[in-house]
This record gives sequence, C-alpha cells and structure tokens, in this order.
Amino acid sequence: MATEQQPLISLSELAVGYDGEVALRRLELEVRRGDLIGVVGPSGCGKTSLLRALMGEIETYAGESSRRGLEGGGALRIGYVPQVDTVDWNFPITVEQVALLGAWRERRWAPWAGRRARRHAREVLEQLGIEELAERPIRALSGGQQQRAFLARALISDPQLLLLDEPTSGVDIKTSHEILHELRELNAGGVTIVLTTHDLNGVASHLPRLVCLGQGTIQADGSAEEVLQPEVLERAYGQPMLVVKRGLETYVLPVPEEAPGAHGAEEALEAADLTLIERGGDA
Amino acid sequence: MLDPFEFGFMQRAMITAALVGGITAAIGVFVVLRRLAYIGHGLAHSIFGGAVISFVSGINFFVGAGVWGAISVLLINIASRRPQIGGDAAIGIVTTAAFAIGIAVISRARTFTRDFEAALFGEILGISEQDLWITVGMVALIAVVLTLWWKPLVFITFDRAVAGAYGISVNWVEAVFAFALAATVVASLQILGVTLIAAALVIPPVVARLLTDSLPRLFVIAVVVGVLTGWLGVYISWFVDVSSGATVVLTQAAVFALALGYERFGRLRARSGARRAERLAGLERSLSE
Repeated sequence: MATEQQPLISLSELAVGYDGEVALRRLELEVRRGDLIGVVGPSGCGKTSLLRALMGEIETYAGESSRRGLEGGGALRIGYVPQVDTVDWNFPITVEQVALLGAWRERRWAPWAGRRARRHAREVLEQLGIEELAERPIRALSGGQQQRAFLARALISDPQLLLLDEPTSGVDIKTSHEILHELRELNAGGVTIVLTTHDLNGVASHLPRLVCLGQGTIQADGSAEEVLQPEVLERAYGQPMLVVKRGLETYVLPVPEEAPGAHGAEEALEAADLTLIERGGDA
Repeated sequence: MLDPFEFGFMQRAMITAALVGGITAAIGVFVVLRRLAYIGHGLAHSIFGGAVISFVSGINFFVGAGVWGAISVLLINIASRRPQIGGDAAIGIVTTAAFAIGIAVISRARTFTRDFEAALFGEILGISEQDLWITVGMVALIAVVLTLWWKPLVFITFDRAVAGAYGISVNWVEAVFAFALAATVVASLQILGVTLIAAALVIPPVVARLLTDSLPRLFVIAVVVGVLTGWLGVYISWFVDVSSGATVVLTQAAVFALALGYERFGRLRARSGARRAERLAGLERSLSE
C-alpha cells in the first residue's frame, strides 16, 4: 500500500528490452501519487518502452521495479491508452464497446457486459463529452474522438495510474489543448498520469514534470524548466537546440545546420521580443 | 421436395452440416477479423494427415485427427514465436509437412481411395449416429469455449498490442483459440472435406461483415448464415448429386454474392439520395435568392 511518501512505481537500475535486445538501461525513476509526468525524447528513443516498463509488460534484464496499490491494498490499477495508429480501424466495434473492453474482468466469463458496467461506461463517456457517440463505429470518429474513446477504455476500470502513449499525436491544436485540459482535470481528481509526447512546445513545456530520454536511458528528470535545457536536449536529440522563453512560455527550436551562429539567432530573437537561454541556463 | 428427410443418413447429414456450418461461422468471425484465413486452410490440410493415419491404423477418426490437429497447433505456436520464422512461415511449414505425411502414408498403402476422397472433398454418406453425437459434443464444447473466452478474444482481436497491459494472458488465450479452431476443423472434415473448410470459415463472417458494423450482430448473422447454408447445401446436394462439401460452399458463395450486391446497391442508393438532397438544397437556395 502506497502512502503519500511512497512512490506508486519505483524503477531502480532497470534494463529492459525485447527478444534479448536492450532498449533502455540504467532506469532510475519514481512515480509518486498525484504526479503528471511527460516523457519526451527523439523518435525511437524508447518512450513506449518506458511506459511498458512502468506496467511491467516488457522483458527485464537487470535491476528492480516495484508497484504498490493505494489505500485499501491490492495491486496498482493501471489504465493504458496506446498510440491509436496500432488499431485496426475496420474492426466492427462501437465507442461504447471499446470502453467496455476496459471492464472485461467484470462478469469475466459472460460474453456480454452487465448493466452496472454499461452504466459506468456511459458515465465515463459523458465525463469525456462523447456520450452521444456511444453507438457510433469507432472508425467513424475524428482523431480526437477516437483518442477519447480509448481514454474511456482506460478510465472505466477506475485506474490509480494512467499511462498514455502520444495522446495528442495526430490531432489539431484545439483538440490537443482539450485533451490536455481533460488530463489535468483527471490529475486534479487524484489520477496519477504519465504520458509520452514528441511535442515539446505544445504539450511538454506545460507539464509540471518531465522525463527526457535519449541514448537508451533517462537524460534528465525534473520540472519543465530543469529539463528543457539546451545541453539536456542536445544530449538526448543529438542536435543543438535553442530554448526560448517568452513570459511563462518556453519554446524549443532545433538549430538548422545552415543556420547562422548563436549570435545571429540571438539578434533575431531579440527583435521578436524573445529571450534566448544560452547553454548552461543563463538568459 | 421432402425426399431427403425420409432417409436417416440424410437427416444426420443435414443436422451435422447445420451444426458444422454454425460453428465454423462462429469461430470464423475471429479468423476473418484477425486475418487468419491462411491458418484455417493450413490446419485443414494438416489434420488430413491425422485423418489418413486414423484410417490406416483403425483409430477413431475424431481421436486421430484431433490429436494430429493439437500437435500441429502446438508446433505452429512454438515455431511462430521465433522472430526469424514468423506466423505465416510457421503455418506453411507445419501444416504442409503434416499434410505430406498423409500423402506419404497413402502412397504406401493404397487401400482406402474412398476414405481419401471423403477426407478431401467431404462425404455425407459416412456420417453414422455415433459421428453425429461426437459432432454435437465437439460443437457444444467449442461453443462453450467461445462463450467463456469471448471478452479476451474480442480484446486481443481488436487491439492485441495492449491486451497484456489490461491483464489478459495473450499467449494462453491464443492457445485456447488455436485448439478451438483445430477442433472445429476436425468436426467439419467429414462433411466439408479438407479443401473446402477454409471457405466455410471465411464466407459467413464476410457476408455478415458486409451487412453490419456491430460485432454482436455480425456474430449472430454469421452463425445464422452458416447454419442455414450448411443445411441447405446438403439438401441441394441430394438433388444435384454433387459432394456435400462443394454444395455447402457454393451455397455460401451464392449468399456472399447476394450480400455483396445488396451492400453495393445500398451504397449506390445512399449516393443518389445525397445527390438528390444536394440538388434540392441548391434549388431552394436559388429560389430564396
């Protein structure tokens, strides 16, 4: 049973991978109750593998991991929202049926869902604003609606920890903001959240805690301000990055190879009333 | 018209065909949705090896073919887990090898040409009362397995990559499904024959898929189509004097053609309806201007 001080999940010196190939090593990470964590890093750096390591759904080659449920004992209830591009969109299934998949353990041996599960599914769909789409086939929805349907599948089992793989991928800016807003509300309601994102500016910079992956391990873990630093990002992405601040907003820009030096960029940013954070963290 | 109902062997054949048509359609829903038509075809050939050995050694057909099917499924599961081999190649190797064993046994002992043909193309005359009861038992068992494992099977079929994260033992459910499929093929072999089982697994679910977007409805339609075409195919075979397996599959193919036509007609009607509505809306706009 986890207390306020004890982490829900703790990874220590963990090495994980697939079919004997190590994908991530020396993982040191604690997920505490109430966290809202964004996992960032370049494509193929192992963001999904880290989520699988948190779930314990990956081969482990070294180190230790532990998961603790909250008050009342029992196993930690985890909800998982995968990247939607792995789904067969021609599958004949409605939004409500997708949500009910998450409650498959209820009346485990019966082929149909019970009245209680169906009522709960409707409540979750209503909470996410897609109740009127309950009878629609999943393939007839927009990207944002599909994302919400999969979020409903994760939420129907009342998870203590919610893991989301690129929840804002493939949706427009407005929908991305709406999804982030819903996740913040869930987090405020007591659900611990870990999500992966490749969007450093629109998503990651607005999260209270970031974990940056690169070169097969965790490069940094801390607040957005601590993690979105040029040297951390260059280490992770293998490319120089400009970190720009405007008021409370932080922007990360890759430096093109043919770009003028830092001096020229600084002048351009100054003209746009932006502040360049130099390597080392000084403005 | 009622002639076929007067003979015991035809009554047994029609009941067996209806049962087999229903159960192949039921498990075929998952075969089609998982795009596994090849495994159905492969398993039918593989089990043929077991059928031949049963005939030669005098073992009950269901026992011999069932054990052979179970061994084939286990070998496919083991081989397909190797990333260098993959599922398709594993099915190809195991099922063709098992089929080849049957051919080899036939070429050594050329004494059962009729049984050989029956296993390949189906034979209604050979269904005894005992065979019927064994088929009833197997169909009931497969139906119970599908009922109990429905939710995990649907989950894995829809989104296999995350089923494990939701607490589903993917390998275990896959194994249960593979054995149920092998049992279905064994139960169907006598009536449909090796060469036609794949069609019976695939056609009724595809017909249902053309007619609905809801999985529960798809399942019900597929089973109804399977039962009716199974019965009707055997009934027609009496009058046309053609092998029962062929008439069952041809009946299913005819239903598929009708469903395809119906679905295309529905789409054409929807398009012309949309065009008419747009024309009317345009007319209304120009009138109001």
